[in-house]
Amino acid sequence: MKEIIQYFKDIAFGIKSLIKGMRVTGHYISRPSKIITQQYPENKETLQMFDRFRGEVVMPHDENNEHMCTGCSACEVVCPNGTIEIISKRVEMEDGKKQKIIDKFVYHLQMCTMCGLCIPACPTDAIVMSNDFEHAVFDRSQLTKILNKPGSKIMPGIK
Amino acid sequence: MEEVTSLESQEYFINMGPQHPSTHGVLRLLLSLDGEIIRKVEPHLGYIHRSIERMCEYDSYQQIVHLTDRMDYLSCHINNEAVCLGVEMGLEVEVPERVKVIRTIISELNRISSHQLWWGVMGMDLGAITSFLYGFRDREMITDIFEETCGARLTMNYNIPGGLMFDIHPNFQKRTKEFVEHFKKTLPEYDDLLSNNVIFRERTVGVGKISKEDAISFGCTGPTGRASGFSCDVRKHDPYSAYPQVDFKEILAEEGDCFARYKCRIDEMWESLSIIEQLIDNIPEGDYKVQTRAVIKLPAGEYYQKVETARGEFGVYIISNGAKSPYRLKFRSPGFSNLSALNKMAVGGKIADLVAIMSTIDLVIPDIDR
Amino acid sequence: MLYDFNILTDNIHQYLTGVLPPVWVMLVEMALVAVAFLTFFTLLGLSLVYIERKVSAFFQLRLGPMRVGFWGTAQTIADVIKLLFKESTMNKYADKFLFNLAPFIILTAAVMAVGAIPFANGLHALDFDIGILYVTAVSSIGVIGILLAGWSSNNKYSLIGAMRSGAQIVSYELSVGLSLLTIIVLTGSLQLSTIVESQANGWWIFKGHIPAVIAFIVFLIASTAETNRAPFDLAEAESELTAGFHTEYSGMKFSFFFLAEFANMFVVAAIGATVFFGGWMPFHIGNWAGFNAVMDYIPPVIWFFGKVSVIIFIMMWFRWTFPRLRIDQLLTLEWKYLLPINLVNILLMAFIALMGWHF
Repeated sequence: MKEIIQYFKDIAFGIKSLIKGMRVTGHYISRPSKIITQQYPENKETLQMFDRFRGEVVMPHDENNEHMCTGCSACEVVCPNGTIEIISKRVEMEDGKKQKIIDKFVYHLQMCTMCGLCIPACPTDAIVMSNDFEHAVFDRSQLTKILNKPGSKIMPGIK
Repeated sequence: MEEVTSLESQEYFINMGPQHPSTHGVLRLLLSLDGEIIRKVEPHLGYIHRSIERMCEYDSYQQIVHLTDRMDYLSCHINNEAVCLGVEMGLEVEVPERVKVIRTIISELNRISSHQLWWGVMGMDLGAITSFLYGFRDREMITDIFEETCGARLTMNYNIPGGLMFDIHPNFQKRTKEFVEHFKKTLPEYDDLLSNNVIFRERTVGVGKISKEDAISFGCTGPTGRASGFSCDVRKHDPYSAYPQVDFKEILAEEGDCFARYKCRIDEMWESLSIIEQLIDNIPEGDYKVQTRAVIKLPAGEYYQKVETARGEFGVYIISNGAKSPYRLKFRSPGFSNLSALNKMAVGGKIADLVAIMSTIDLVIPDIDR
Repeated sequence: MLYDFNILTDNIHQYLTGVLPPVWVMLVEMALVAVAFLTFFTLLGLSLVYIERKVSAFFQLRLGPMRVGFWGTAQTIADVIKLLFKESTMNKYADKFLFNLAPFIILTAAVMAVGAIPFANGLHALDFDIGILYVTAVSSIGVIGILLAGWSSNNKYSLIGAMRSGAQIVSYELSVGLSLLTIIVLTGSLQLSTIVESQANGWWIFKGHIPAVIAFIVFLIASTAETNRAPFDLAEAESELTAGFHTEYSGMKFSFFFLAEFANMFVVAAIGATVFFGGWMPFHIGNWAGFNAVMDYIPPVIWFFGKVSVIIFIMMWFRWTFPRLRIDQLLTLEWKYLLPINLVNILLMAFIALMGWHF
């Protein structure tokens, strides 16, 4: 007799638990406002990334096409993956002194892990992490970027 | 009576993985089956080996931290913390209270997010795909918090030896509180959807049992070990960061089956919520890091630091000879030890049981195959 | 009868007999029916796939397909085009003949079952006096296709899936049959049109008291299992067997399995609607003539598809809520729970019918 009661108890428990589960899913299908997915390429204009989001390394230039990189290679040293490669050259400045400036600030995006170690390492805050996350390109060579714009100079007063 | 030997069924092998939906990555299991019944499970590793330990021997101590993100990516902050604590131990640096509390809060958020993903995937492994999306919905709030404060959603790399990379975002406390409120409402749904479901119980109760003795001898830690009654919570036994000042209980179960492991993780999420609640309003003022030298050189010696990740005990063993990178570095990853108990748990069960067992020991393959 | 499709079919028949010799009339009519059913079948597959994807999406807080067409309505057409262009690969050591045959067996079984369903008064292609027997018989041919697919693929995952499916369908056929039998005790006929007619003054689920409700629940569970849908999708069991019996299939042949699954779901829902909910019969209450007349204004096709979609929605609800059973639990559920309950239920129903307690 006990077994028979247990048998029906099992059935009752089973059905109750199944209905409970269906109530949860039923709750959500009847509330389309709770949908969480976003229509990604369509919402590109309104998509707001967080300020600190680490996309890729960029070098900001001001309106006179001047950057703040002195070519000290601190970022190159601190980078764990050899992502940053600084090719510098010595030029003669207007006052006759020779100074080391960057020729090319090469950034290998394909090797970057976005760890963000290079940003605090920079003594002049010449590089920052942008919010751009769309890195897909059709050719690998496009991932090797030169961050200083052609013809750009170092901002005066930055040593 | 004489045993009939000629009717013995023939065993056959089946390769589960490296590409298989429920191995959660590139794990290859060589199953020896008799019909549907498992006779032997042999995990084959090495499909995602990246020689992280070797790479660490060439990196500076700051650079090592971001490599640990790539091991157990679901509890990356806790892994980072282990390395940082190890280095700080070697440097004999005491980090400010603020750093300790923030680290603890983010660790617990990380643990919850890992368990949420595990819960979703567990449901999916057992065939209930909807739970996967529900788990991710709640996890999304945590990844948003991480993105706002740490700058990345998964591989955060927020810890540095001596503190944090930057201070918390002004919205951090508000968002975390919002999340705690939200999750307290949705966590009971998890019970309705899976824990109390009769099919789910049938699939997990009494399946994949492992005794306390076996759990200890295999080195199972985390919820996998605690579900067998092995008290192994590093946060309790060897507290670090702000754990000594919070009040929480170690979740233990006796059964050692899939359901006990499941229940341990669900209860752990409640505990983590309570830890976060205790700390979130009490973040002390102060610096977010101690200034260390640009080139950290640990004094020659051996340092071991263990932490409790979402999967169990994660250890960092550093041997330094005084140079700027470690002479040898060894990670003790929880996934590897937990996986070693898989054969013990799965033998005698069915293929479907193996899937349930694998999801309850919560494998992250890059953690096993460093 | 407000809407009688017999008039339409009779007109077509009379027109054809006027212009053609009798043999040709039969052939033309058969061709017409075939074209109608194939069109229906295609539309059914296309729409059900879309509905399933949308319903699952809304269960899971997603939007589902949104890109192709308005709210993704043309998504399945795009998928079909993709599948047509895909290479049809085959395992080198597969049994080529059986491998190619299997999808067609499954699809044929599904089409044959659809043929016997009464869509409305007069819209009924095959009206046997053994309609239900025919449908249950034909729908279990599908398992042969699954077994063949699993065997001929020469893949252990496929074979395990196929063997599971064999065990499953053999067991659950019983419950489907017995639960339908519970209602047949009341109707006294296996003919589907007679079963529908017998519900003119109320559907069996209301007239048959509690045994009819129990029979319907058992039918719903067993038929979900028979169509290999979650939580009984052990033959596919994505997380265990990758894709079960159709692991090795690709392209159009794969889509046949897919289509057959949805067609079977429709057949099962249609049989459930016909036997328990009166098929195309509008909702009638005893002798409320006014109410019944209002209900009669709603076309029977809408009644039929409305009921079918409710049952299909419940099956989708099951699928997107529950975890999957294990093979031994699946068989336990059938032999220890569904079958005894069913047998007792039939006894109860027979008693009710004998005493004349039903309405």
